[in-house]
Amino acid sequence: MSSLSKIAKKEIKELLTPATIIPIIVIAILFASLGNVFGGVGDQLSEPPKIALINNDSGLLSQVAYAVLDQGADIVYEGDNVQNALNALDDEGGVSLFIIPGDFTSDILANRTGTIEAYWVMRGAGILDTIPGSAADALLDNVARAISATLITYDMSDNASIILNPTQLSETTIFKGKEMVGISPPTIAGVISQQALVMPLIVVMMIIYAGSIVITSMGTEKENKTLETLLTMPVSRTSIVFGKLLGAAVVGLIMAAIYMLGMGYYFNSLMASTSIDLAQYGLTLDLLDYVLVGISLFAALVFALALCMILGIFTKNYKAAQTMTMPVTFLALIPMVITLMTDFDTLPLAAKTLVFAIPFSHPMMAIRMLMFDDYSLVLAGIAYSTIMALVVMFIAVTLFKKDILLTGRVASAETTKYSRWPLLALMQRMFTKRRR
Amino acid sequence: MYAVEVKDLVKNYGSFQAIKGISFKVREGEVYGLIGPNGAGKTTALRILSTLLEITAGEIKIYGIDLRQKPDEVRRIISYLPEDAGAYKNLTGRSYLKFIAQFFAEGEQAKELVSRGLEIANLDKRIDDKVETYSKGMARRLLVARALMIKPKLAILDELTSGLDVINAQEIRRTVKLFASQGTTMLLSSHNMLEVELLCDRITLINDGEIVAEGTPDELKERYGAKNIEEVFVKVVSE
Repeated sequence: MSSLSKIAKKEIKELLTPATIIPIIVIAILFASLGNVFGGVGDQLSEPPKIALINNDSGLLSQVAYAVLDQGADIVYEGDNVQNALNALDDEGGVSLFIIPGDFTSDILANRTGTIEAYWVMRGAGILDTIPGSAADALLDNVARAISATLITYDMSDNASIILNPTQLSETTIFKGKEMVGISPPTIAGVISQQALVMPLIVVMMIIYAGSIVITSMGTEKENKTLETLLTMPVSRTSIVFGKLLGAAVVGLIMAAIYMLGMGYYFNSLMASTSIDLAQYGLTLDLLDYVLVGISLFAALVFALALCMILGIFTKNYKAAQTMTMPVTFLALIPMVITLMTDFDTLPLAAKTLVFAIPFSHPMMAIRMLMFDDYSLVLAGIAYSTIMALVVMFIAVTLFKKDILLTGRVASAETTKYSRWPLLALMQRMFTKRRR
Repeated sequence: MYAVEVKDLVKNYGSFQAIKGISFKVREGEVYGLIGPNGAGKTTALRILSTLLEITAGEIKIYGIDLRQKPDEVRRIISYLPEDAGAYKNLTGRSYLKFIAQFFAEGEQAKELVSRGLEIANLDKRIDDKVETYSKGMARRLLVARALMIKPKLAILDELTSGLDVINAQEIRRTVKLFASQGTTMLLSSHNMLEVELLCDRITLINDGEIVAEGTPDELKERYGAKNIEEVFVKVVSE
């Protein structure tokens, strides 16, 4: 064996440990499962959009419009009642209600643009949530083209402007009980996404900053051999754990605040360039909402720090600490990607469960939820994250009282088959004790 | 009352038994030495006595306090100096002593502890330099100062002078003797047999997790017909 391969073999042996492999495998499995979440989008695109239609016009051009819509869409309601049409869309998972007014044909023939009223039923504000609506929107372009062709074929108009653009759209978007007149779902989704993007970024940055502070602190204490001194001082283990968490939380929050300021300026300038003011649609946050976002963020931060503290307990030195934040960061990236692409409400149950189970999801989703006064999920998220943070903190304090903190091994009177897997060994030991 | 009472102490790491039921007692104000070859279980015993490791079986009392039941109370009266201990590198020597002192006292009392620590460390102007710039000897003096400035009832010192030059080692030994004469019980381990002979009132020899000999240096030398403790050590371990 050459010197090169000997050194490479030694390096691989040192680097490929259960501690480095298992988190990556878990993350890979989680990301693979995301494929199922987004896999349904392709199916949605291949199916015709479900629409409702109210045609109040008996003229020729409305018949043309009807024919195009009938061919390209699955019409789940035909009638004359708007509420019934919206109910049918709700029941069938439809995306839009088109209303052709009584003067549609006569207006076009009189060289006035024919108006089609569109009610868009928006189910989520993620990027993927607007795809079904876009398919229905494309149908309206086909309607306009078919009417143009009719006008030319039957020489029904000599007005070039009307022939080129015979129809116009009057849009109303319905999302989470709010009716927003004159605005389309992609515009709303775009603006909300821009705003809601800040929080996932803050959460991820905070976890990276504050989490690495905690893990590095543990790694440094072990490497510099200061931990043993600290542990023999007249200070309770709880105080040591909480002191470390508090220090990291303060630094993490300061970093997040600085980051937030920078991002705030960035997004303000971005918002200034868009013509949409969400406030006019009632999509704003009041003081209580901001407090709830703050609490949600704090609970997620404490959870992250306590989780990092546990990882820090297993770290041996400063070098090892550097890679330990990776699993936690990936854990935060999962809800970040999901919530950007799609809305919590439109996720399949399994994905909903996964997103809810990750405490980092809740501050990421909170702004979007609170914009639409959806308090139940935000409050449930805060309660869940707080419980999870307390559980993880309890585990961290318990581990601080165990030999594993210093030795990386579980001291036990019994021989354990998991002696090379400290966490499993610890769980085995706790379980065995409980059974007794 | 004994300062330390260890009864049938067992310590297992998984299937490996590091300490196999040892018992010994240390009197108040005594300097007591644990010696033995590498891996004999000395450091494990000291770590258990310092409340760092869990007891697998047996009983330990420090000044009458049950260590397993009341580790927090034990921590108030002991001070542990690990073999390869370090201090926070970003702090100066003075800041480090202040940081430690605040856990044991407040206000003027804390200042007194720090000034005692400064005296023990004897680092002159370098006390205001960052610990990361200290030599091994300076860092060890600072750590000894940290351990003794609080005047603990029991000081547990693992390899007190390991890696130090003769001058630094001698200075630290003098400090330990001084504090022992003022009433602090010392429990120490060392590979330096001369140091053990010079410092300790009584010695326990541990080998493979078991106590193989115990007594005063003179008793041990007489028992094994040896000129010094080093010879005793070699004879006992090779038996």
